Amino acid sequence: MNVLSQIINGLHIGSIYALVALGYSMVYGIIKLINFAHGEIIMVGAYAVYVMLVLVGTPLWIAVLVSLLFCACMGMLIERVAYRRLRNKNAPRISLLITAIGVSIFLQNLAQTIFSSSGKSFPNVMPQGSIRLGDAEISALTLITLATAAVLMIGLQLLVSKTKMGKAMRAVSEDAGAAKLMGINTNVTITWTFAIGSALASIAALLYSSAYPLVTPYMGSTLGLKAFIAAVLGGIGSVPGAMLGGFLLGIAETLAKGYISSVVADAIVFGILILVLLIRPAGLLGRNVKEKV
Amino acid sequence: MKKRVLAIALACMMLLPMLAACGGQGGSTGDADTIKIGGLAPLTGEVSQYGVAVNNGAKMKVEELNAAGGINGKQIDYVVYDEKGDATEAVNAYNRLLQDDKIVALVGDVTTQPTQAVAQQAAKDGIPMITASASALAVTTPGKNIFRACFTDPAQGEILASYAYEEMGAKTAAVIYDNGSDYSVGLMETFESKAKELGLEIVAKEAYNTGDKDFKAQLTNIKAANPDIVFIPDYYETVALIAVQAKDVGLTCPKIGADGWEGVLGKLDASNVDALEGCYYSSQFTKESTDEAMQNFYKNYTEKYGEEPTMFAALGYDAMGMMAQAIGEAGTTDSAEIVDAMTNIQYQGVTGSITFDENRNPTKTVFMISIEGGEYKFAGTYDAK
Repeated sequence: MNVLSQIINGLHIGSIYALVALGYSMVYGIIKLINFAHGEIIMVGAYAVYVMLVLVGTPLWIAVLVSLLFCACMGMLIERVAYRRLRNKNAPRISLLITAIGVSIFLQNLAQTIFSSSGKSFPNVMPQGSIRLGDAEISALTLITLATAAVLMIGLQLLVSKTKMGKAMRAVSEDAGAAKLMGINTNVTITWTFAIGSALASIAALLYSSAYPLVTPYMGSTLGLKAFIAAVLGGIGSVPGAMLGGFLLGIAETLAKGYISSVVADAIVFGILILVLLIRPAGLLGRNVKEKV
Repeated sequence: MKKRVLAIALACMMLLPMLAACGGQGGSTGDADTIKIGGLAPLTGEVSQYGVAVNNGAKMKVEELNAAGGINGKQIDYVVYDEKGDATEAVNAYNRLLQDDKIVALVGDVTTQPTQAVAQQAAKDGIPMITASASALAVTTPGKNIFRACFTDPAQGEILASYAYEEMGAKTAAVIYDNGSDYSVGLMETFESKAKELGLEIVAKEAYNTGDKDFKAQLTNIKAANPDIVFIPDYYETVALIAVQAKDVGLTCPKIGADGWEGVLGKLDASNVDALEGCYYSSQFTKESTDEAMQNFYKNYTEKYGEEPTMFAALGYDAMGMMAQAIGEAGTTDSAEIVDAMTNIQYQGVTGSITFDENRNPTKTVFMISIEGGEYKFAGTYDAK
């Protein structure tokens, strides 16, 4: 069935949106910052895998590991260099936001300087072949993407809900001041949040570049924006919300392209976002927290 | 009072550099030993790969001509400005070329939109202008002084529909095109009308937006329509992305495209080139051609720039060659005379022998290129039936 194929296409891109959305959501949950540089981490991750696989010629697992560590370090570095001082000085939130945009532009231009603006072709590292499900054909790449995303999301959910670090993250996000008084090192917790979000982005980069094998300095901006919308749609700050938002966005986008018109697909997707936010301002799974005055 | 004097003095000081600049401009025209040809190209920015190639080709032609004695004994002075692929920047740069540099002819611009903007202005000024690569039909319409070295989009769309039907034996075709690109829409429209005329049925027509990366929804629809061929009128980076996703959704029929495909294999890793196996595209340039001028160009370019020339480099080379020949035949730098010479030119270039039709578009043969085993193969020349 064509509809089934389209839904599978939607799940494929949606699971990548979800992985990226998690990074936005976690950072927002903990320091109320929309980290616009997160999209660029995907780009950095994609270049890292490209450099390792094509230029250095390492096996895939080393390339993935290097990219993962590199992105995690990058995330921590950005937090340390660009955001921490502002946070410690209690700078207005808008300054942090502008800094995030600045970091994003800096990374784009840095990549353009190093790798030039022309796209680099990403190698095909996924197994070939496909399985049939009724009339629909599902490629190995789609299956791997879905499975990887699902495993990572479940893992993250467990990490946040079951481990000590997850508890610390939740505590800092609830009330950073109180968490500090309880003996939680908030700075370390925030650094870890950035590292985990960025590591997820590096996996998203690998999955994304395998499906759309062209690595460019600007690849992160649209993807990052869509993932951010997914995070808002699901309820920013909520881990299951980011996943739900990602899948919904991917499916809505694909169905709009396939059955209505690809030209207005984005308009339809953004229309859905506006509708959802009108009815549930905190997003689908977000909690509506009233600011205390 | 003191303040007022100071203000006047300051105002005078600010005016001085402007006056000086005006004076400087007036004095720089007297250099009669060189012929100034202006160039416009996006040397930085998103379409810089085309601009750099065209400019490299044009620059190489200038150097060769100058080494051989220039035009009627005068050396060519080629002044090129970067317009970053932006129409406003292009018009500003054009005005600078015309007013400050006093060029006698223009070789540029490179992509369609800035070229159209510049052509509007150049038509009013009457300056001879040739674009190497802007392929939208409307580019040359503003004035009789606007020429181009490349094929128009419609010409290629017709040729490709005819090729698919006559040579590849296709009975049904699908099109996937960029709704926001004049190049893509132009090719799609003429392909479609020629296909209708021939009896080649268009079973699916899917659009996308400029900058899209995900085409799986559209390709899944095309697969459901089961066409004999898929026409992809876009540039090589997007073609590479579409081809890989077509493979992923199981759309395996041959794909065809126009000259924007040039360089597509460079955008696919060796592990992905099978996505384009058995595909064809039309080109104005192929290194497999046995033509001697072509082979020399290929060798010299590769030596000079350390990379293989693309179609854009060849078109830049020919555009500059045609302009230089026209200036030489006119024997003067008078705009109207150069335009006359250009209109009646017979030029033997690396992209074929070129004459102009009544709309100042080139008449030349198409080279068909096929992709087999991850390599380009020259599949012969083709004339539309």
